[in-house]
Amino acid sequence: MTNPIAPSSGGTRPPALSIRGIAKRFGEKIAVDNISLDVPAGSFYGLVGPNGAGKTTSLSMATGLLRPDAGQVLVQGVDVWAKPLEAKKLMGLLPDGVRLFDRLSGEQLVTYSGLLRGMDKDTVAERVKDLLAALDLTKDAGTLVVDYSAGMTKKIALAAALIHAPSLLVLDEPFESVDPVSAANIRDILHDYVNSGGTVIVSSHVMDLVQRMCDHVAVIAGGRVLAAGTVDEVRGGMSLEDKFVELVGGRNQTAGLQWLRTS
Amino acid sequence: MVAHLLKLKLDLLRNSFKRTPWQLVGLIIGGLYGLGMLVMVLVGLAVLGAADTALIGTVLVLAGSALFVGWLIVPVVLSGLDMTLDPARFTTYAIPMRSLLAGLALSSFIGIPGIITLIAAMGTAAAYWQHPIAAAAALVCGALAALTCVVAARAMTAASTSLASSRRFKDVSGIVMLVPLMLLGPIMAGISTGLSDFSAYLPKLADTLSWTPLGAIWAVPADMSGGAFGPAALKFLIALATLAVLLWIWQTCLAKALVTPAYAGSTSRSAGKMGFFGMFPQTPAGAVAARCLTYWFRDPRYSAGLVIAPLLPLVMMFAASQSGGLASMGLILGYGGAFAAFLVAWSISSDVSYDNTAFALHLATGLSGRDDRTGRVMAAGVLALPLGLLFTFAGAIASGNWAAYPGMLGLMLAATGAGLGLASIFSARFTMNVPLPGESPMKAKPGNSFLATLVQMSGFFGALVLCAPVGVFLVIDLVQGQTTLAWPALAAGAVLAVVYVAVGINVGAALYNKRAPELLLAVSVDR
Repeated sequence: MTNPIAPSSGGTRPPALSIRGIAKRFGEKIAVDNISLDVPAGSFYGLVGPNGAGKTTSLSMATGLLRPDAGQVLVQGVDVWAKPLEAKKLMGLLPDGVRLFDRLSGEQLVTYSGLLRGMDKDTVAERVKDLLAALDLTKDAGTLVVDYSAGMTKKIALAAALIHAPSLLVLDEPFESVDPVSAANIRDILHDYVNSGGTVIVSSHVMDLVQRMCDHVAVIAGGRVLAAGTVDEVRGGMSLEDKFVELVGGRNQTAGLQWLRTS
Repeated sequence: MVAHLLKLKLDLLRNSFKRTPWQLVGLIIGGLYGLGMLVMVLVGLAVLGAADTALIGTVLVLAGSALFVGWLIVPVVLSGLDMTLDPARFTTYAIPMRSLLAGLALSSFIGIPGIITLIAAMGTAAAYWQHPIAAAAALVCGALAALTCVVAARAMTAASTSLASSRRFKDVSGIVMLVPLMLLGPIMAGISTGLSDFSAYLPKLADTLSWTPLGAIWAVPADMSGGAFGPAALKFLIALATLAVLLWIWQTCLAKALVTPAYAGSTSRSAGKMGFFGMFPQTPAGAVAARCLTYWFRDPRYSAGLVIAPLLPLVMMFAASQSGGLASMGLILGYGGAFAAFLVAWSISSDVSYDNTAFALHLATGLSGRDDRTGRVMAAGVLALPLGLLFTFAGAIASGNWAAYPGMLGLMLAATGAGLGLASIFSARFTMNVPLPGESPMKAKPGNSFLATLVQMSGFFGALVLCAPVGVFLVIDLVQGQTTLAWPALAAGAVLAVVYVAVGINVGAALYNKRAPELLLAVSVDR
């Protein structure tokens, strides 16, 4: 199912993230059913799937937030669940659907995230300033996060994930409710980061975005990997969106809502 | 449409049981409590029926007016008390205003306070068993009164919505309204002593109230039982007018609220204000402490505790002032300081639950259990210790008993240490169903009560046991009428406090390291 590709930066770097047969069941529902993936170091990896496919659950298990029922996750060879503190140093995480400490100001929140990782205060202060400027949040730096708009909240969470310059970035739905200008800025930041040797995993259900932005992609549905590899391999000449629909299925073949016509 | 709204409320209630059986246990306990109250009220009413009509009228008008005021005030104090059918959620469904009003009003009766008010109000008929006509009128008036109560509550909520949609107002109002509630005992006692011939004054008060919107409806059957049909008719009109006006206010405010989406007003502020982050050591533990301390002041769920804790010894002191003199008041204040400090320290027992899923940041950054526990203990300690010191010091001054001062300090230190230590362990093991971030601190989570009470009880009981060594010294002193063991008590308190905190952090950290992902899973169920 997986298709390890030679790392773009050459050499024999181990995969940035290696997921081996993870599974998770919530009560009766099997959310993730034996997923295995290799994310090559230096790749820009897209994770796509319909709603409820198990993207967030998989990423939570891969990053040490949710204990898998079975399987193993390695970040640059470090087992996330055996050595969590060591593995988490290598990762930056933008989780989806969790709250932030939103009674802190944006500046405080990013600082907090840096200090929690044991960084020294001067480095933190310097990077906070850079991050706020890069994400266009400088003029709202002192505003409480609870008063931020949805897009600003996403951006400040991204800043909190970037502050320790991780070698692997895991971003769950990073572009949701982010305005187009900010989204373009974020894409530039991420591309620079990948070009300098970092690895990015993004989950999204915007196929266009993934096709343009990522070099690798995995399609997940029903808690399983349907396809994985370079974007060109997976889409095989079709657009990613068409390929996705072909893989996942579920398009309604009926004539649609006949009554939903204005004339 | 009205039926749909009622069914929605029932479905929501039923679905909440499916999430956890504790919800059902809590509802049953709440229901039994309410039922007990109701039986007492109804029996009381029937007994009251044996009295003469004037007394029945006085009691019912006063009690009824108080009930009405309660329904007016409670929704403001408990902002977001029961927002299961928040009108704002219906904005996109063009529900006719009339149906919406009727549905929301009737749905208020599905729930313990609503149904009990309805039954109790209609039960006032029991007090008129000597006057069948008045009893029949009481049934009608009771239903009307209950309806007026819920409409009044809804109108108050709707009227304050425009204000309440500002986050700052919501944060502050809930806390401010707590203070008079806490001091209710002393205030009432003050009033009752002020009016020495209170009982002579009551019938007059009832008579006045019966002509106001507060008491009119309750006075109708009373007047009828006395044969005063003219005033009864007038008062019934006043009651109807009251309901009409309340309905109009509700409708107007609701109509406005439905087309005015919530807007959290805020001005952007630039960087530079690091607050507590600049004051604590810039280490992981220091950062956690700074963040927690920021929350103690910015998050109303924490600040409410900070307001309540210092008031409790004052209330206790007030009770003492009735019996003893200044000296005993001072002692109570001094030893009460230990209680206040414990309450603040113990607050962190639900820290992780208060974090809710924001806790994911601690997990994602690979924070060690020791740093997490230490930071939280530092923040609570920074608040609990000065508070305890202040109270013990004030107690020593008031009592003039400086010989007992070391003993007070010792007890305070042991209580703080026990609270911090126990809370560090409990919050790494149990998560509780607390108000979510941004919700009112007073919002009661239905069904949480049982498990939460169990955890709270074990915390309080555990702290009592842990403070016992210090307590033994103090009790011996008290029995012997001496203060020779005050210094040993201080020494014991100080040593024990250090031990308790150290053990608490160690055990809590081990639990945290083992269970942090499970804690996150537990709090993310409730979001």
